[in-house]
Amino acid sequence: MIGKASPPAANPLRRTLRAIRDLASRLPQRHQSLTVIVGMAFVTAILPLVVLAPPLNGFGRQNDWLDGFANAGVFVLLAMGLNVVVGLAGLLDLGYAAFFAIGAYTYAYGASPFSGLDVPFWPMLLVGAAVAMVFGLLLGAPTLRLRGDYLAIVTLGFGEIVPVVFLNADTYTRGTNGISGVYQPVLPIVGNFGFGNPMPYYLTMAAIIAVAMILLYRLQDSRLGRAWMAIREDELAAASMGINTVTTKLLAFAIGASTSGLGGVFYASKLSVVSPDQFGFVISFTVLAMVVLGGMGNIWGVAVGAFVIYELQSQGLKQLNSFFGGLGLPPFHLGPLTVDLTSINFLEYQFLLYGLALVGMMLLRPEGLFPSRRRRAELRDEADAGAANEELVQA
Amino acid sequence: MSEAAALPAPEPALDPALTVGPAPATAGRPLLRLSDVHVYYGHIHALQGISLEVHPGEIVTLLGANGAGKTTTLKAISGLHHPRQGSIELDGQEITRVPAHALVRRGIGHAPEGRRIFGRMTVLENLQMGAYTRSDRAAVDADYERVFTLFPRLQERRSQLAGSLSGGEQQMLAIGRALMTQPKLLLLDEPSMGLAPILVEQIFQIIHDINRQGTTILLVEQNALMALGVARRGYILQTGQIVLADESAALAQNDEVRKAYLGG
Repeated sequence: MIGKASPPAANPLRRTLRAIRDLASRLPQRHQSLTVIVGMAFVTAILPLVVLAPPLNGFGRQNDWLDGFANAGVFVLLAMGLNVVVGLAGLLDLGYAAFFAIGAYTYAYGASPFSGLDVPFWPMLLVGAAVAMVFGLLLGAPTLRLRGDYLAIVTLGFGEIVPVVFLNADTYTRGTNGISGVYQPVLPIVGNFGFGNPMPYYLTMAAIIAVAMILLYRLQDSRLGRAWMAIREDELAAASMGINTVTTKLLAFAIGASTSGLGGVFYASKLSVVSPDQFGFVISFTVLAMVVLGGMGNIWGVAVGAFVIYELQSQGLKQLNSFFGGLGLPPFHLGPLTVDLTSINFLEYQFLLYGLALVGMMLLRPEGLFPSRRRRAELRDEADAGAANEELVQA
Repeated sequence: MSEAAALPAPEPALDPALTVGPAPATAGRPLLRLSDVHVYYGHIHALQGISLEVHPGEIVTLLGANGAGKTTTLKAISGLHHPRQGSIELDGQEITRVPAHALVRRGIGHAPEGRRIFGRMTVLENLQMGAYTRSDRAAVDADYERVFTLFPRLQERRSQLAGSLSGGEQQMLAIGRALMTQPKLLLLDEPSMGLAPILVEQIFQIIHDINRQGTTILLVEQNALMALGVARRGYILQTGQIVLADESAALAQNDEVRKAYLGG
């Protein structure tokens, strides 16, 4: 700790310089990638076992659960991608589902009887991401010069336009029927991907998420990541630091879009059908809610948040129905209303519950369920934050 | 990394012309030259033909009432708000249309009005953002050292979130962060705003020190007395036009200036 030859007077300066160097050398973050791999492997291994234990085994067979988990994984991917745009760069994107749709249709064109092509799934993952990225750049280039509110409106419009185009250009998209019979992936070792066998999808999704997470962590800790952070904090000041704000925001947009496109390819291959109604505003909104509820800016927090929310809405609400149905409570009166819990279909109230959850979170825990260190530090008093940071610098 | 190398101190020679006459004594090529610059905000004609010069090694101050166009002038220079007409030259090169981020690499450091530090980053991270465009590791390290020597407070608080600093410390950070861009020309926008008198003295002392270490400074201020004390020359701005330009000492003696900005 104490340098052999350093005179005590120069010590604070030296310590600071060393701290700066340490901070810089932390940037490659080798351990982080390993943590992600180990963590994801652990979660992937344990989830299929957890659902065999009561009470979860009562809610469905293991295969049903795994199928649901693979779908949840799509939303985890979407949320992690939108987190780059909203959480890291601070750009409000209300039309994120458009890139999801573009990725899905790209795969449908690449591998279905409709187009006559049969490009394998694996390269199509990259193609879908690339096509979505191109559209992200096309949309971003003219619009990212706009300030916050205007950007939100333009992206909202784009999110509406894309499904409408897919709906109306029926010569090329089969309109409302969508493109069906999309080929499912084939992989020699894992086995056949099919409706009855969700395990390969589940494993593939886990691998995609792990890779995406590693890449996103690397990005977050890179020079580009710091530039995003600066832009989110204060765009004018960021420009004064020599950051090209337009290019930097465009990159956030492109990376978010490509992640969404990746999710789209997977989703199309799993459902084996794409149609315009799968990609409405509801998707954009749901993913945004996942990012906010999970903890904007924190990659793993957003991922966990998306998973939890997806499972709550797909499994939790269903179980709520059968729970109250099974209790057989008599109807009670709430003022002029008669409430019969046994006959309420909670699934119908999904968005009401979303809204309530969002309002509640904003009141009680605005930083989200799993906030990033930075956001949490902001809410703690300065001594704590300083100490936490000191630890980091020393480490 | 030797401190001596980081601190070349060309003392701004006391100008013999100081007592001679009103014409600002300026020889050689200016570091910065604005010629007939017009800036608009929509229909509002904010700068109506500003011309000024800043020579290497100088501190020049830009004085004027609220809304006179002082901040707008700095924004035009640093590329944050481009002029509609006129030209801006840095070191003889046209920079009128160059975007802000590119000007940082060319040597314009801007500590903007209202400090605008990154509140959720630590002091150290703020300074790192200042060095964003630089890759010369050793020189950057030397500059951290320079900033911490100028502002020992920042070193004490280096791992604290910048948003939790006091107003004076935030101002120090804003100046330190701008210095980290390694500017040839440092633009300071109201560094004394909202600070206690004792801190104002301190900040001005530091501005003086930075200048002695070789950085040319264009200083926008409301505190005319302090600004004229530290600057060699000054320009008085009124509703988008320069109405007076002279040596600081002469401006401080000028009746109009005394009445308008120095309280009699």
